[in-house]
Amino acid sequence: MKPTDVSDPQYYHRVVDCQWACPAHTNVPEYIRLIAQGRYTESYLLNRESNVFPGILGRTCDRPCEPACRRGRIEAKPVAICRLKRVASDYRGDITGQLPTAPEQRNGKRIALIGCGPASLTVANDLAPLGYELTIFDKLGETGGLMRTNIPKFRLPPRVLDEEIDVILDMGVDLRLGHEITSLEAFLDEHDYDAVFIGSGAPKGKDLDIPGRQEAEPFIEIGITWLESVAFGHVTEIEGRVLIIGVGNTAMDCCRTSKRLGATDIKVMGRRGRRHFKASPWELEDAEEELIEIVENHSPKEFVLENGKLKGMTFAVHEWVTGEDGKERQEPVGEVFLPADRVILAIGQEAAFPWVERDIGIEFDEWGMLRVDKTTFMTTRAGVFVGGDAAWGPENIIWAVEHGHQAAISIHQYCRGLPIEERPPVGLNLISQKMGLAQWSYSNYYDFGLRAKMEHVDLSTRFESLDIEVEKGFDLEQTLEEVERCLNCDIQTHFTDHLCIECDACLDICPVHCLTITHNAEEAELRLQVPAPATNLDQPLFASGELPQTRRIMVKDEDLCIHCGLCAERCPTAAWDMRKFEFLQPYAGRSIEPVEELTHV
Amino acid sequence: MSSITKPLIVTRKLERNALGLTRLDYEGEMSTLCAGCGHDAITAGIVQAFFDLALPPHRAVKLSGIGCSSKTTAYLVSQGHGLNAVHGRMPAVASGANAANRSLTYVGISGDGDSLSIGLGQLCHAIRRNVNMLYVLENNGVYGLTKGQFSASTDVGSKSKRGASNQEGPIDPVLLALSLGATFVARGFSGDKEQLVPLLMAGLQHQGFAFVDVLSPCVTFNDHEGSTKSYTFIRKSRQEAAGFVPYQAEIATQYGAGSVQPITMHDGTVLYLRKIDEDYDPTDRAGAFSYVSERQAKGEIVTGLLHIKQDGGDMHDRERTVATPLRDLSFDELCPGTAGLDRLMDEYL
Ligand SMILES: Cc1cc2nc3c(=O)[nH]c(=O)nc-3n(C[C@H](O)[C@H](O)[C@H](O)COP(=O)(O)OP(=O)(O)OC[C@H]3O[C@@H](n4cnc5c(N)ncnc54)[C@H](O)[C@@H]3O)c2cc1C
Ligand SMILES: Cc1ncc(C[n+]2csc(CCOP(=O)(O)OP(=O)(O)O)c2C)c(N)n1
Ligand code: SF4
Ligand code: SF4
Ligand code: SF4
Ligand SMILES: [Mg+2]
Repeated sequence: MKPTDVSDPQYYHRVVDCQWACPAHTNVPEYIRLIAQGRYTESYLLNRESNVFPGILGRTCDRPCEPACRRGRIEAKPVAICRLKRVASDYRGDITGQLPTAPEQRNGKRIALIGCGPASLTVANDLAPLGYELTIFDKLGETGGLMRTNIPKFRLPPRVLDEEIDVILDMGVDLRLGHEITSLEAFLDEHDYDAVFIGSGAPKGKDLDIPGRQEAEPFIEIGITWLESVAFGHVTEIEGRVLIIGVGNTAMDCCRTSKRLGATDIKVMGRRGRRHFKASPWELEDAEEELIEIVENHSPKEFVLENGKLKGMTFAVHEWVTGEDGKERQEPVGEVFLPADRVILAIGQEAAFPWVERDIGIEFDEWGMLRVDKTTFMTTRAGVFVGGDAAWGPENIIWAVEHGHQAAISIHQYCRGLPIEERPPVGLNLISQKMGLAQWSYSNYYDFGLRAKMEHVDLSTRFESLDIEVEKGFDLEQTLEEVERCLNCDIQTHFTDHLCIECDACLDICPVHCLTITHNAEEAELRLQVPAPATNLDQPLFASGELPQTRRIMVKDEDLCIHCGLCAERCPTAAWDMRKFEFLQPYAGRSIEPVEELTHV
Repeated sequence: MSSITKPLIVTRKLERNALGLTRLDYEGEMSTLCAGCGHDAITAGIVQAFFDLALPPHRAVKLSGIGCSSKTTAYLVSQGHGLNAVHGRMPAVASGANAANRSLTYVGISGDGDSLSIGLGQLCHAIRRNVNMLYVLENNGVYGLTKGQFSASTDVGSKSKRGASNQEGPIDPVLLALSLGATFVARGFSGDKEQLVPLLMAGLQHQGFAFVDVLSPCVTFNDHEGSTKSYTFIRKSRQEAAGFVPYQAEIATQYGAGSVQPITMHDGTVLYLRKIDEDYDPTDRAGAFSYVSERQAKGEIVTGLLHIKQDGGDMHDRERTVATPLRDLSFDELCPGTAGLDRLMDEYL
């Protein structure tokens, strides 16, 4: 195996599991340490750098970081990364004066942003400080896109939305609400923008084409449209027995909203088993806590009407059996009729571009989606960029944010006549955390505490109105315990091979047995040489260069390392050192600034 | 010293032995020795040997004298019994304990100062008695605990950290043991567990006194240039004569069948000896003595299993000690009574 090149920023980046999994590469361990030190405002601002909406995301993020969290591989549950983000937002002080501002003197370039969701807002956030003149158009009368129209207020209070959106708009963005773009061709002809960003989302809810659909129309709602009507106060009640078809995020918000609008009996109908549900486990738990029934293995067959009134639906019921080949198969076991007064369809959504002409140089793919370059986010028409759900279909807020950052970089290049394929480089800082003999700048002890449980508003009061936020946020005591669960994966075990005297002290002390010194071999073989064999192939294996005394090499399995620093503490020569790794990401107009070059690798 | 104690983390990858125990069950307190001390690696080796042999930790007895090396009994098998004897006096305590209860596993840990200076006489007699125990001499060529004075194993010409050169000839623990008729003599190196752990495992299974001299660099006082007990010097001068194959399964895969020789131990277990040097016969005591001393004259340090004698007869055989631990004997069995005592007295009068 070749010696690992740790000067490549992506190597150590990958070790920081949460940051690696976060689409925007939020520096999670650092923000958690700032919270631990009571520096909530700094923690908030650090979050804002990469994810722009810490208060919103601290409540609603899809949190791909949590399933990735190292803690989840050591014990059962990951660090409550997302809710700690909310802590930074809840406890922060005044940040005015610490936010980016737009310069007095504009740079003369005019950019149009279509849609006022998180994708467009991120582009605006990045470009406004560079002097761009930005205009955001949205067909609706309010800002925020799906964050406002579809995420219910009991999960995301409007005040949090307003606060974080206003920070961006206050940089002098020209906001045109209630302004729908109905023809992109006309729009491009009429205005002479230097670049256009399409952040129009994926606003079309999918329909269910089964017998009875037409006749049952008055009793059927399309999930995302219905949620929007609720958000704007056009719908204030739903009565009787409600069936929700689909078990994704939208279904979860629909069922919990129904509960608050007066429905008496709510069932969420899943076609497959629980393992396959699109909704996150925590969403399912939250719905079940509200006594909503989630039904598995039921495929909708027919809407049943009587005298023009909906009576209910029939479902084909399946069972999953494991065949001889070890594969799971669906087997029909019967049919049931479930009575219902209303049905909400929550089976997915898609982007739709009836307002984009097909002959204006913008190519579409076979599914009617725009052809978008994966790195530059530009369409096939120069100067027209896309991001968020509009780019490749529905994702989530944090992906929309990351798309926005990348598109902003492209727009900035484009407007300066620079090639947009040329991306500014990422980089790293790596700084020793040694404070003295066996003393480190971070809390390196492994804390055995269990994941803090989010407190919820009492079931007896939470349904009184639609806008009672259910989650209470962590109190200080919970916060202090939860921050200690973070393993500080960004504090890297950094190895300098020529210093090692092969005393074995590090190998022997390591609590998770992830180190070995051995003769070089193929990676697959080295993986078995580690005392606790490195069988998780998703995790990298570190290999050093040859050690001076025996020409063997140091091998480390990154999988279970708890970053306790004991290897470095027991090393007599400081061949192991604990160094804080900072992943440096460029943003539009802001290239990276490494403060310390990696001296010996 | 470390600022935190090692957290006991049970991960999905933690291996279990025949008793269902993990390596953690054989560990002890956090070491307070200097970072990089060879003694810590030996501790880890003993832990590994106990784990691999699936010895019940609560039936281990850890005995030592005084010194950095002697401190290490606290860092392993915390469920075992233990005693830090007066400097150099561990062998006497080990003999007594062994006489009182032969059903336990005895491990003595000592240093070159503890065993070859102040405790030399004690060691010699324990060897002669063939006390049934594993005796590990953690040999760093200095008095580590008292800050680096030359010890009885320091080679002539070896330099102290301050540059002084040792003038007195050393006692070689291996030659000493061979000349006293030890029934199991081996030498290992703290920096090579692949060799060390099988030696320790064989020593634990040996019936009688299993003497293992382990070269163990003192990083703080004896790991500099000019020292003959430094990591670099040992690695340069070390030769292996014979060793053990830890697991039978490895015989076919890793070693040629011809170079492996089975040895049946007292309790019937079979150990597999693996020869490195074809001419070397570890059962020939005189041959071993001359082999080691000849190589030594050439500046080579011979390691591995150097001598083994299976039917030596240990202390219990010779003294005809009672097989039942004394604590399990009834008062009547333990106390001969007035009449019995009178008879005994008559024998001496
Ligand atoms: C019910 C539901 C719950 C969700 N919950 C979460 C969650 O908890 N966490 C999470 O991370 N994600 C969640 N999502 C997904 C998330 O809301 C979206 O992925 C995200 O908002 C996409 O951002 P965007 O900027 O691409 O577009 P959007 O937020 O969809 O914004 C697009 C905007 O463009 C406007 N627009 C569209 N066409 C035009 C036009 N022609 N002219 C002018 N304006 C136009 C629309 O009115 C809209 O305001 C949820 C989605 C749904 C449906
Ligand atoms: C009776 C007595 N004499 C002297 C000492 C001081 N003393 C403590 S440890 C030691 C030497 C230990 O050397 P060694 O056995 O080689 O152990 P190391 O520290 O090198 O492992 C001495 C002389 C003592 N504790 N007791
Ligand atoms: S920091 Fe070092 S000692 Fe601690 S788990 Fe990681 S490799 Fe092992
Ligand atoms: S503790 Fe340091 S010197 Fe010793 S083996 Fe580990 S890295 Fe090498
Ligand atoms: S002084 Fe020497 S023998 Fe003692 S602990 Fe330190 S390195 Fe080990
Ligand atoms: Mg010593």
